[in-house]
Amino acid sequence: MVSAVLFSVVKQDLAVAVRQRAELVQPIMFFVLVVTLFPIAVGPSPETLQRIGGGVVWVATILALLMGMERLFRDEFNDGTLEHYRFSPCPFYLIVSAKVITHWFIQIMPLLLVSPILVLFLNMTAQMYWALILTLVFGTPLVSFVGAIGVALTLSLNRGGVLLALLLLPIFIPLLIFATSAIDSASMNLAYHPQIAIIASLMLCAVALCPIAITYSLKVSQN
Amino acid sequence: MSILSAQKITCEKSDRTLFCDLDLELNNFSLVHLTGDNGAGKTSLLRILVGLSQANNGTVKIQGQDVHAEQHIACESVVYIGHKLGFSSVLSAIENLQFWASQQALDLKREAVLNVLDILELTGLEDIPIKHLSAGQQRKVALAKLWLKPHSALWVLDEPFTALDVHMIACIEHKISEFVNQGGAVVMTSHQPLRLSCNTTVMHLEYKW
Amino acid sequence: MWKWINSFAKPEKAYWLASAMQPYFFAIALLGLTVGITWGLVFAPADYQQGDSYRIIYIHVPSAILSQTAYIAMATAALVGIVWQWRTAFMFISAIAPVGAVICFISLFTGAAWGKPMWGTWWIWDARLTSQLILLFLYLGVMSLYLAFEDKQQGGKAAAIMALVGVINIPIIKYSVEWWNTLHQGATISKFDQPSMPAEMLWPLLISILGFVGFIGIITLIRFKNEMIIRDKHRPWVMQMFAENSELQRLSASKKEVN
Repeated sequence: MVSAVLFSVVKQDLAVAVRQRAELVQPIMFFVLVVTLFPIAVGPSPETLQRIGGGVVWVATILALLMGMERLFRDEFNDGTLEHYRFSPCPFYLIVSAKVITHWFIQIMPLLLVSPILVLFLNMTAQMYWALILTLVFGTPLVSFVGAIGVALTLSLNRGGVLLALLLLPIFIPLLIFATSAIDSASMNLAYHPQIAIIASLMLCAVALCPIAITYSLKVSQN
Repeated sequence: MSILSAQKITCEKSDRTLFCDLDLELNNFSLVHLTGDNGAGKTSLLRILVGLSQANNGTVKIQGQDVHAEQHIACESVVYIGHKLGFSSVLSAIENLQFWASQQALDLKREAVLNVLDILELTGLEDIPIKHLSAGQQRKVALAKLWLKPHSALWVLDEPFTALDVHMIACIEHKISEFVNQGGAVVMTSHQPLRLSCNTTVMHLEYKW
Repeated sequence: MWKWINSFAKPEKAYWLASAMQPYFFAIALLGLTVGITWGLVFAPADYQQGDSYRIIYIHVPSAILSQTAYIAMATAALVGIVWQWRTAFMFISAIAPVGAVICFISLFTGAAWGKPMWGTWWIWDARLTSQLILLFLYLGVMSLYLAFEDKQQGGKAAAIMALVGVINIPIIKYSVEWWNTLHQGATISKFDQPSMPAEMLWPLLISILGFVGFIGIITLIRFKNEMIIRDKHRPWVMQMFAENSELQRLSASKKEVN
């Protein structure tokens, strides 16, 4: 029964996402645009681009994810769907986790699809690209889960966008440090497993703990 | 049998006390009609009764289960219709109702939903995204839930008649009476007097400073 | 015991406690700051390497240590508020957050001012300064979240969650920043290369830390009391308190007239 409910939640989120696919593309366009700005700002020399590449991609990723984050609960909160989830026989935190995972999936897929462009734009080596993909796959769930707390907290405020960034960006600094360092190590042909392992362990902690905080925050917002 | 029992609930909003030490007992075969001025706390009370809001003090039990500790168990037999209808605006009426049903773990056939939409005079509108329906039509889609959850014991309805025409109000009132007379319990708010053929109690909330 | 602690969930009891504690914190602040800072700035010996410019540690170190302590105090209040539903705990968060933010800013400012003679530049991406800067952002996040809410009760709970998320992150941020720093700058310039300070430098430092504790305490208590009065202005206990006060004033005024 629980799995049937969760399946239905996921299916509804996917159905809504498909109807609003125009909105889904916006964060990705934003992402590509931000990455484009850097070569223009710092100059197109291949060595410079290679050196700053990892950092640029990750800053752009975090910003793009934050922009798309608003979609996570905002519509459901405004139209009341979120209230009705609380009458489901399935515990609320499971439903919330399912929604966050679905949202992550919807966001990360296009990001991974456009990522080959970065190899060309930022003069990345194949090693760096693999490191980038690994950090994205392990790091972005962390952004989604921790970000969901911020979204849940700012739901009942009319203009939550800037505040959301203000709350969340400092929290993501460790992730940024480890992710860029993994890509850096890869550019020097060094082992980057330790950083990936740290990111993955942070991500697992977040996946375990965040649903509690998200559920509580949603209840505060609905109160 | 007591379906809903609330003891000593106190609610504060923006540091103003809406009500204090309020008790409410609701048995089956009965309906409570909450009245009171705007801002007296009717909606807040309803939301506390179903566990959507937390009271500053007191406990609420539905069929013996605490609504805060175990909301997903306590609310299994509750139908709640609030101000927000709970429909995704880009999905159609039938999609929304089917998602709702499967999230409530109800086994619902498409035909059953279509039948109810027919009673509510929504035939032909079931495939249109909700956002293109009028306020009254959207309200009627929400009220379809009253037909679709047959094993419910408690209905909590917040202003169910908003934006409905006289004829439809009579239809909903009939449905409510029928549910109460079959052993259900209802708590509802409404600005207009009710014409129900069932056991009704009026409870008045005073506006407090 | 538990019942006794729990009684401070009520604002009137917490107000009474805060009033009772106020004179002690005031005494500690006054004594500690005057003795510690005068001793440190005037009487303590000059450093053999840094000369007199090291004396800024008598403000820098207390504010740096206590800005983190204040955050932990705030997070503890947040936990208490969320677990036991104490209204006063949420009020305490809103009372201490700006104080902590200002202390954090003071530590950053003095750190930068110290950096000018030491490193020849106002700002350097030193590990300690960087994590202190992030701490300031965390404080500002909690404050702006609280201020964004119309309903202060809801705002208090939201700020509490943010404070807890922050406190879990502080160690992660601290270690990751340290690691990042060593990675990017071969040898870090550490301010505390000397393992131990001579006693005549250490004592004034400890005393001024104590003075800062009292200072933060007294300001937080006053803010806490104000917050309780503002939030509860319609409640009987506040009205009663002010009624008594005005009664007293009227009595003393009438006495003067008689005289």
